[in-house]
Amino acid sequence: MSVLVDDDTRVVVQGITGGEGKFHAEQMMEYGTNVVAGAVPGKGGQEVNGVPVFDTVHEAVAEEDADTSVIFVPPAFAGDAVFEALDTDLDLAVAITEGIPTQDMAKVNKRLTETDTRLVGPNCPGLITPGEAKLGILPGNIFADGNVGLVSRSGTLTYQVVDSLTNRGIGQTTAIGIGGDPIIGTDFVDALELFENDDETEAIVMCGEIGGEDEEEAAAYIDEHVDTPVAGFIAGRTAPPGKRMGHAGAIVSGSGTGTAESKINALNDAGVPVGDTPEEVADNIESFLE
Amino acid sequence: MVMKLHEYQAKDVFADAGVPTPSSQLASDVDGVLTAAEEIGYPVAVKAQVQVGGRGKAGGIKLAEDEDEAREAAESILGMDLKGYRVERVLVEEAVDFTNELYVGITMDRGEGKPVAMVSTKGGVNIEEVAEEDPDAIAREHIDPAFGMHPFQARKAVYDAGVDKSVANDVASVLTTLYDLWESRDGSDAEINPLMVTADDDVIAADAVMNIDEDALFRQPELAEMEEEAASGGDELEQKADEYGFDYVRLEGNVGIIGNGAGLVMTTLDLVDYYGGEPANFLDVGGGAKAERIANALDMVFSDDNVDSVVFNIFGGITRGDEVARGINEALEQFDEIPKPVVVRLAGTNWEEGMEILNEDLVTVEQTLEDAVERTVAYAEEVNEQ
Repeated sequence: MSVLVDDDTRVVVQGITGGEGKFHAEQMMEYGTNVVAGAVPGKGGQEVNGVPVFDTVHEAVAEEDADTSVIFVPPAFAGDAVFEALDTDLDLAVAITEGIPTQDMAKVNKRLTETDTRLVGPNCPGLITPGEAKLGILPGNIFADGNVGLVSRSGTLTYQVVDSLTNRGIGQTTAIGIGGDPIIGTDFVDALELFENDDETEAIVMCGEIGGEDEEEAAAYIDEHVDTPVAGFIAGRTAPPGKRMGHAGAIVSGSGTGTAESKINALNDAGVPVGDTPEEVADNIESFLE
Repeated sequence: MVMKLHEYQAKDVFADAGVPTPSSQLASDVDGVLTAAEEIGYPVAVKAQVQVGGRGKAGGIKLAEDEDEAREAAESILGMDLKGYRVERVLVEEAVDFTNELYVGITMDRGEGKPVAMVSTKGGVNIEEVAEEDPDAIAREHIDPAFGMHPFQARKAVYDAGVDKSVANDVASVLTTLYDLWESRDGSDAEINPLMVTADDDVIAADAVMNIDEDALFRQPELAEMEEEAASGGDELEQKADEYGFDYVRLEGNVGIIGNGAGLVMTTLDLVDYYGGEPANFLDVGGGAKAERIANALDMVFSDDNVDSVVFNIFGGITRGDEVARGINEALEQFDEIPKPVVVRLAGTNWEEGMEILNEDLVTVEQTLEDAVERTVAYAEEVNEQ
């Protein structure tokens, strides 16, 4: 078992003829992902690495039965690409693109309330079910099949924690990078719900960071609804207020919301241990699984 | 990230859209201030054009009743250091005789993923403080970005805030214009504080804040042109980082930090603190950095005099270890003596190739993030003891 993606997933890559889209479509296929189509306006009829390209996502769905889209479209056009994905009956759209205008995402956010398609991202590394399939840019070789679900706002921090787990022989069911933007599709609560309902996931890692209140909401949700043990991590303890730390969403506001302290306290109150170091997160997971 | 317009730029944008603003002129020397004041007519306000909050309290805004006072104000404000920014220009503005000060603003509520319009009768003070101490004093109305702000929503926010009926329509009209501007100009925040009410029941925007979503500048060519002026001032190294295209934040400590990916770099900062050191900076080289970019990153951190040692932590996904190693060699081989000790930890894509390429005579290599940070902190302490 796993969540959101497995070896039955049929993927259309939006932007497959661009540099990144082409490279990562190839990497995904090498990992074993079932990439069945590409979608690029004006490029219909071409092939990329043997994958047929269509002018629209609708055609890719009709012709190749795609159920999931991975979006590598440049930021100026990515909002529109997400709308296109949401206009079909795909199960899942994963937006890798960084730098989508916030107002475009606010409109996407509204559209998400009217569709059954789930969005992961944007500005995220994607997701992976080790040994089955990956959607996005995560380096497949550090992951291993196992029983830990992982959800994170940051790509490379995910790799750091996964590496610690895999080195200890602890594998993962699915790892989901939800992205570092202020407005995102799938959030911590959504991911926690998926893992809680997954029979194989025996423990969950949740890597948050400063900015916003999603971690606090996740803590409240864990307290009420999650029986699976959760180990937490919060990046940005030393970040000064008012300075954005790389991610558009990673900023402690002048009025003091979004601090690491508030998030760590909320998680601790919900019974979630928060590691001081990534290794401590792996220690906590190890002790859950004993 | 946002691009902040100066007050005079934001006022131009607001005035063009029909928001009433006081007459004003920009000046960069004392004579310019006096000429402007003469044309506008006394009394005038002389206002520093730098992007920091609390300009008034810090002495950056002065009222002048006559020429002597205007000269005095210009001399004290022009060239002054306002929270790290040198004041190069002032706005000379008609002083408005007001009976009341309101607040109107539009921002993105990230929790809701929707824009929110805000109105308060407690204008003229720091609105974040009002939000904290007296949250009910601010009326909020969330807006569906697909529809825009309905006229009734503007009225509702104004009435909910308790704005006097004699000016309610005018305030609602300003709020509607503000939302339209926020939407059409890709604003992240648009704010008038204070929106002054005069004895004749007119409203007039005595200050203007307009922050633009940098990710949307590609479709705002007019505003993008203002960017160069808007960005002037601030920390020298942060400006240099802008040129290189790094996400960089300068901090107070002496341990330099370079890494890839915001979350992992933040974590590296936190670990420096955890092991008893003090981070000198946040520097994210981003994904897929090539050798030259890596060398630039080292150059950046070396040029910070506060830095005593540097930790380079890369966990490659789309970033390749061999490129990183080449960049580090390139940056360090130009020195006869390495200026500051560098600790390197490589993991992920092509890290083994990277380790073969890396010139280990020039750096200290550690296998884990924790060890790398601990070692770098120890180096910084050694330097300090010398």
